[in-house]
Amino acid sequence: MIKTDQPFFNFKRWSIPLSVSASAIWIVAYNYIQPLANWLTYDIIGLGEKSQLGESLAFFLYDVPKVLLLLTGMIFLISLLRTFFSPERTRALLGGKREGLGNVLAALLGIVTPFCSCSAVPLFIGFVRSGIPLGVTFSFLIAAPTINEVAIVLLFGLFGWKVAGIYVVSGLSIAIISGLIIGKLNLESEVEGFVWQIETAGETRMETLTWSDRVERSWLGVKEIVGKVWIYVVIGIAVGAGIHGYVPEDALAGIMGNKAWWSVPLAILIGLPLYSNAAGVIPIVSTLMEKGASLGTVLAFMMSVVGLSLPEIVILRRVLKPRLIAIFIGVVAFAIVLTGYLFNWIML
Amino acid sequence: MLTVKVLGTGCVNCKRVEQITLRVLQNQGIDAEVIKITEYPEIMKYNILSTPGLVINEKLVSSGRIPSDEEVKIWLLSAQN
Repeated sequence: MIKTDQPFFNFKRWSIPLSVSASAIWIVAYNYIQPLANWLTYDIIGLGEKSQLGESLAFFLYDVPKVLLLLTGMIFLISLLRTFFSPERTRALLGGKREGLGNVLAALLGIVTPFCSCSAVPLFIGFVRSGIPLGVTFSFLIAAPTINEVAIVLLFGLFGWKVAGIYVVSGLSIAIISGLIIGKLNLESEVEGFVWQIETAGETRMETLTWSDRVERSWLGVKEIVGKVWIYVVIGIAVGAGIHGYVPEDALAGIMGNKAWWSVPLAILIGLPLYSNAAGVIPIVSTLMEKGASLGTVLAFMMSVVGLSLPEIVILRRVLKPRLIAIFIGVVAFAIVLTGYLFNWIML
Repeated sequence: MLTVKVLGTGCVNCKRVEQITLRVLQNQGIDAEVIKITEYPEIMKYNILSTPGLVINEKLVSSGRIPSDEEVKIWLLSAQN
């Protein structure tokens, strides 16, 4: 047994009781944001209830703590759920599944499996070399970044559970449809040759975790994700608050409403190069919608921001020949366009 | 002497694993050769699905996450014994 010096504060030992008390504080705080924001804006700062500045400020003071609290709480829960999944376990679950059912399962597992786009190549090689069909592998690779946990939380916080649900369902559909199409095209020859020659030795490493390991990792996940996105969220809500107070309603209906057919493809083109700012884009987008932009267009925009990201495409180029890269982008963009039009049509 | 390999193509997380490893080695005064493995065929020899990976004396100890200083210390010390 190795002796290790005890740290000043042993977080692991206290992680479970600390998390329980944090949840209690969370619930109390969440219920007091609205009265607090109004009190600060109208009573302390003394802005008029009907003034544009007052409306913008109250909106900002309410949304920022609300969204940050939601992010912290829900990212914790999502991270906790993810400690029960790993790419290794997902590969084992997908092994031997046929196309069709395999695509559905792969897309669902894409939501809960911890995945970073920098690992797209090892994951791709590990999946296809273990015999998982190419189309099923793509369903996973599309679902994992497209159905983004930060996006789910922000949509839930700013639009409610219906829009968050529609986002998840359309992300799943895009991943399943794209994977099925790529699978039907028999593109194995468009995978770079070295992938088929790689030797993978050694057994797969599976971890056994205790509950305090899981809780500790979930807190690390919160620190990592919220630490990275909070600033975009604050800036996004600030811009949104400005639009909320100053731009008249329906100002955007003409250019981003559901009667403008070209709004969906345009939204995808604008969304493609925006990647790391997904967290800041959603608060702005929420305000755009309030001013008349339609749901389908907004969804298409978000999907292309999170799902079709240039950095991931560049990484995947290492294992996919240019033709397959082009097919991948084309098929996913096509699926996003379909989803965008579908929701514009439903909401008409 | 230990052989430590950091598996990853140079993303931020891979660099952090390398920094943690170097820091722990220095603090503990352990003599080790640290090698960065950045080529996919070489990385895939350890049968991992997500980077960064950490290999000590050819044994994969961690993959797909950033381990804590404490964990790295335990792995290094037990590999040394």
